[in-house]
Amino acid sequence: MVLLFLYKEINMLDVQKIREDFPILKRKVHGNPLVYFDNAATSQTPQVVIDAIVDYYSNYNANIHRGVHTLSQEATDAYELARKKVQQHFNAANSHEIILTTGATHSINIVATGFANLLSQGDEIIVSALEHHSNIVPWQMLCEKTGAILKVIPMNQEGELLMEVYDQLLSDKTKLVFTNHISNALGTVNPIEEIIEKAHKTGAAVLIDGAQSCPHIKPDVQALDVDFYVASAHKLCGPTGVGVLYGKEDWLNKLPPYQGGGEMIDQVTFEKTTYAGLPHKFEAGTPNICGGIAFGVALDYMNSIGFDSIAGYEQELLNYGTEKLLAIDGLRIYGTSKNKTSVISFNLGDIHPYDVGSIVDKLGVAVRTGHHCAQPIMDFYKIPGTIRASFSFYNTKEEIDILVASVKKAKMMLS
Amino acid sequence: MSIRELQEEIVDEFSMFDDWMQRYEYMIELGKSLPLIDEKYKIDENIIKGCQSKVWVHAQMDDDKIAFTADSDAIITKGIIAILIRVFSGQHPKDIIDADTDFIDQIGLKEHLSPTRANGLVSMIKQLKMYAIAYQTQLN
Repeated sequence: MVLLFLYKEINMLDVQKIREDFPILKRKVHGNPLVYFDNAATSQTPQVVIDAIVDYYSNYNANIHRGVHTLSQEATDAYELARKKVQQHFNAANSHEIILTTGATHSINIVATGFANLLSQGDEIIVSALEHHSNIVPWQMLCEKTGAILKVIPMNQEGELLMEVYDQLLSDKTKLVFTNHISNALGTVNPIEEIIEKAHKTGAAVLIDGAQSCPHIKPDVQALDVDFYVASAHKLCGPTGVGVLYGKEDWLNKLPPYQGGGEMIDQVTFEKTTYAGLPHKFEAGTPNICGGIAFGVALDYMNSIGFDSIAGYEQELLNYGTEKLLAIDGLRIYGTSKNKTSVISFNLGDIHPYDVGSIVDKLGVAVRTGHHCAQPIMDFYKIPGTIRASFSFYNTKEEIDILVASVKKAKMMLS
Repeated sequence: MSIRELQEEIVDEFSMFDDWMQRYEYMIELGKSLPLIDEKYKIDENIIKGCQSKVWVHAQMDDDKIAFTADSDAIITKGIIAILIRVFSGQHPKDIIDADTDFIDQIGLKEHLSPTRANGLVSMIKQLKMYAIAYQTQLN
């Protein structure tokens, strides 16, 4: 019954109608219709979100949390409503556990910098081999500062984490565990429930980088019992420069402020400043007010389509794309876990991914080429990079056919 | 031939093509004719930073003129650098320093000139000019 219900829901996703919501999908690139397959980097923006941005600047642009005037109050209400929407979306217990940031990288840095005061020499931090540079470098910097040691959960050829090694790495020295929910380079869905549960048994805190998962999955931070969860709005049909840090109240109270400035203070004298409570302690300065509001609208939009429908349809695209691409002679896909989202990272024999990317771009197809800010993964496979096509719910099988034809043309020209 | 004459020659060659595919195919052909760098110079110090593909460039002075050799692991990038080397190799350092690179625009490769473009054409030009500046300083 459940399956039948899901199947029905998937079929309900009307892609042609959804595409009407995204004005950019009508544009042409080098004279060809745009085929946008770089969704894992940035998703496109629906008209309702664009309208929200225009509405903000047209009607109630003002600084928040300060003014008594009408515009300021309207802007404050809208911004705080957005925070509530984010809270509901992630099912956080409290809205003050939602810190609005400039993006997942900023969110990670708040936690990494804050932990500098909580770690000592010899403490251990565990990260996964599948991380984006933004979830490696802040922790390396933290280790340099504190003398803590960075340990890495390795992966297998399929791009899956070796959980038995994770078990061995965990000890009472482990203070923090960081991994992404889904790998940006390969699309692997990591077993975060298990990672969190095991880390907690040793008393370690867990941060999950949800930048890649949130476009496909609606995470429940309370059910996951995760300590920190981060995401970026621009991968969720929202604007760039906005993101979220969810943290459990206890943890956020333990961490010191990240930046000093307006908004984050309670009392300031030249002798001593006391900090504001959550969430403002971590929101120094005037935030991206319009961006925050638009993020809330983007979440409403995605929820109106429904994450079950989105995930189901994207899985269909993944299966279709995988099959069609693998039919090209010499094409190899990196990241072949059974548990992956709609990301296909591939190479054409020995042809450099940059060459393929340049040619398919000329044909109107936007893919990402390079190391995808995950050089350790490329080193693992001993390749300079990959071509990455990442599908979203507004993409179609016909667009995948165009990608496949473009890749074939590139192969012909480059071989 | 002078840098200017070489540039005009290349612009002439590219003007024969009707579309981007022919231009790219020609560029790929040019890549194959690139004067390849000696393996011993294919070291990290000779890699041009800012390119998504790897580009190695070596320069040496030959009778007051600079001889460039290069290689890349990407074919299109090789084509681009082959064009640059055809223009700049065998030229006097001062002429290289003074040369403009507007011809890149005229042969329809303008998009490769964007500073954010991952192939780093801008970085390549900068690197070739840096060599020229270094050798010019020696000559002075």
